[in-house]
Amino acid sequence: MGLSMLAPEYRVDRDKERCIDCKVCVTQCPYDVHYFDGDEEKVFAREENCVNCHRCVVLCPTRALIIRKYPLELRENSAWKEIDIRQLQKQAETGGILLSGMGNPKPLPVYWDKILLNASQVTNPSIDPLREPMELKTFLGSKPERLEIGCDGSVKTKIAPQLELSAPVMFTAMSFGSISLNACRVLAEAAHDLGIYYNTGEGGLHQSLYEFADNTIVQVASGRFGVNSEYLKTGAGIEIKIGQGAKPGIGGHLPGEKVREEVAATRMIPLGTDAISPAPHHDIYSIEDLRQLIFALKEASDYEKPVSVKIAAVHNVAAIASGIARAGADIITIDGFRGGTGAAPTRIRDNVGIPIEFAISAVDNRLKDEGIRNQVSVVAAGSIRNSADIVKAVALGADAVYIGTAALLAMGCHLCRKCYMGKCSWGIATQQPHLVKRLNPEIGRERLVNLVTGWKHEIKEILGGMGINAVDSLRGNRHMLRGVDLNSRELDILGIKAAGE
Amino acid sequence: MKVLDAHKLSYKELNDMIKEEAPREKEIHIKNVRGQRYIGGTLNQGCTLYLDGVPGNDLASFMNGAHIVVSGNAQDGVGNTMNGGEIVIHGHGGDIMGYAMRGGEIYVKTEVGYRVGIHMKEFGDQVPKLIIGGSAGNFLGEYMAGGVIIVLGISYSPEDSIGSFCGTGMHGGRIYIRGEVPDYKFGKEVKEVPLEEEDYRLLEAKIKKYCRHFDYSMEEIDLKDFHKYVPKGSRPYGNLYAY
Repeated sequence: MGLSMLAPEYRVDRDKERCIDCKVCVTQCPYDVHYFDGDEEKVFAREENCVNCHRCVVLCPTRALIIRKYPLELRENSAWKEIDIRQLQKQAETGGILLSGMGNPKPLPVYWDKILLNASQVTNPSIDPLREPMELKTFLGSKPERLEIGCDGSVKTKIAPQLELSAPVMFTAMSFGSISLNACRVLAEAAHDLGIYYNTGEGGLHQSLYEFADNTIVQVASGRFGVNSEYLKTGAGIEIKIGQGAKPGIGGHLPGEKVREEVAATRMIPLGTDAISPAPHHDIYSIEDLRQLIFALKEASDYEKPVSVKIAAVHNVAAIASGIARAGADIITIDGFRGGTGAAPTRIRDNVGIPIEFAISAVDNRLKDEGIRNQVSVVAAGSIRNSADIVKAVALGADAVYIGTAALLAMGCHLCRKCYMGKCSWGIATQQPHLVKRLNPEIGRERLVNLVTGWKHEIKEILGGMGINAVDSLRGNRHMLRGVDLNSRELDILGIKAAGE
Repeated sequence: MKVLDAHKLSYKELNDMIKEEAPREKEIHIKNVRGQRYIGGTLNQGCTLYLDGVPGNDLASFMNGAHIVVSGNAQDGVGNTMNGGEIVIHGHGGDIMGYAMRGGEIYVKTEVGYRVGIHMKEFGDQVPKLIIGGSAGNFLGEYMAGGVIIVLGISYSPEDSIGSFCGTGMHGGRIYIRGEVPDYKFGKEVKEVPLEEEDYRLLEAKIKKYCRHFDYSMEEIDLKDFHKYVPKGSRPYGNLYAY
């Protein structure tokens, strides 16, 4: 291949007055951008390698660095935008499938931002959560249709296994392999501290994390990496991964270079081989087959763990969710089209799936219409950015949410979206030892606990403002939501009124 | 030896009984097995189940070292994600036998269905092995990441002993097939390599076991007739992406 026709994406502006040539940027950059020229005795940049991860910007002791978007003033064209041209040229150079990291960045509507919350004024007093009890406790699992109470007040009905959360939020599936062991440890420890759960993803459970088993949901995906009876019996819950919001309908390839000793041992595969998860589970070609796997897992875990089934939000999500409930799942996890990923084919990530907001209301409606809403809990994932998004998700009908990107941001991720390169400068999406140690698990844990603690306070404030004192009273309570800038069809599907109605 | 009767029992009732008995019984004989699923699931080393009849899907799923002998045929998903142990089937097996199997051995007297040995893997000392006496359906060893599959093709021509797309997506392990099978039957990720001394040792040991299990004469099988197939590389999709 001759000369690359790709211009740099970013420009490294180095303030020569401030730069002291200390070479911190050189040692910190895993993408070989900064280099020290011994003859000139100066630091220079190979801008074409820059991914704008901001590691050098943050660590530069004299604040000498600014990364800017490269001023690529191509002739204006509404149809052929810069990104289209860049992607096309990259494929012309490589002949490969375009890869992307993290969630869909395209300017499609974010429906969370078109939904507004209610608050009490005069007729129903608001509640001050600082002085009055406010319950965020959430139980995930199948609920009985009716409760039988004995004369002594004890519950006689046998209750299916439940996950108990201190607030309706959990850390979503991210495998050891896609993220570093330090990042997994941060999730596990923070989940433990917060009284919630994290999810192993398809990477197996590292021996050092078995101590957090009570806060662990273990995942079973099509590659069955790291899955054995001990793994299934160890987790507090089991999740069958059918799909992921960022890449509905396709599998995953963890490249061999990330399969180092610890990853290989945890996934129980040889060193350096690609870890390939086929697109489907080849033992599941129907709802009946799904039922077979759900009960294989229940048999394997002595019916002591709730079993979740995770799907991507796709067109017929409501009917699929109904099938999953009838197949015997205790929890349905739905991942919206903005959901994150370590690596996904760009065209799939950017074009497949539906927004999670619609999926939640469609699924909640369908399960209620069929009278089976109590049989399953619904967990929503994919683009939950803050506490208000959580409140909106619960009011639309979710029991709880999963966060992934938000948790990584708390650890230090700067959303440069190059996770698939395995060189994460913040020590999160990498297996290179010198990069992994950049993420201090203690500090990461504290930051993540801080984030969720702050959100808990905010959720209580929002609930109190609505005059509600328990998250249970918010679930599916769409009266608390109003839409702005939405057409009547969208309002109908979301099951909410327009602002002013 | 404990004798259980599976007649009219649901899989849960039957498996609860097995789970209770297995830790203290060396042998459990189960009569009238009629399609109950998950028999022997997660069962540990130290117990042998003798099944009279036809066990249902997912026989020995996640099994951990126990032995199972099936007097009749088996259905789909035998040894699903099995970790160790041995299964002997005195008939034929269904689809996806040995899916993601990580350890142990499965011997099948006659045929098996589609996608058998899919995503079999190996790790350290755990090298799973599937020994098929008759023929296998399409996609044998698909996505295979480790382990051993041996097809004897007894009463089949070599061409008919496997289906199409054998070893497609294969990136680990090895497949031995008796007789010359035309190239069109294989996936594009597979290549044939000559057998070496250790291959013959492995074949001899496993085929001897097959003959013992099913009372077949070792003299009928000439080890020199076997062909060995391995993946072209451990990273079949390494060049698929534009980084």
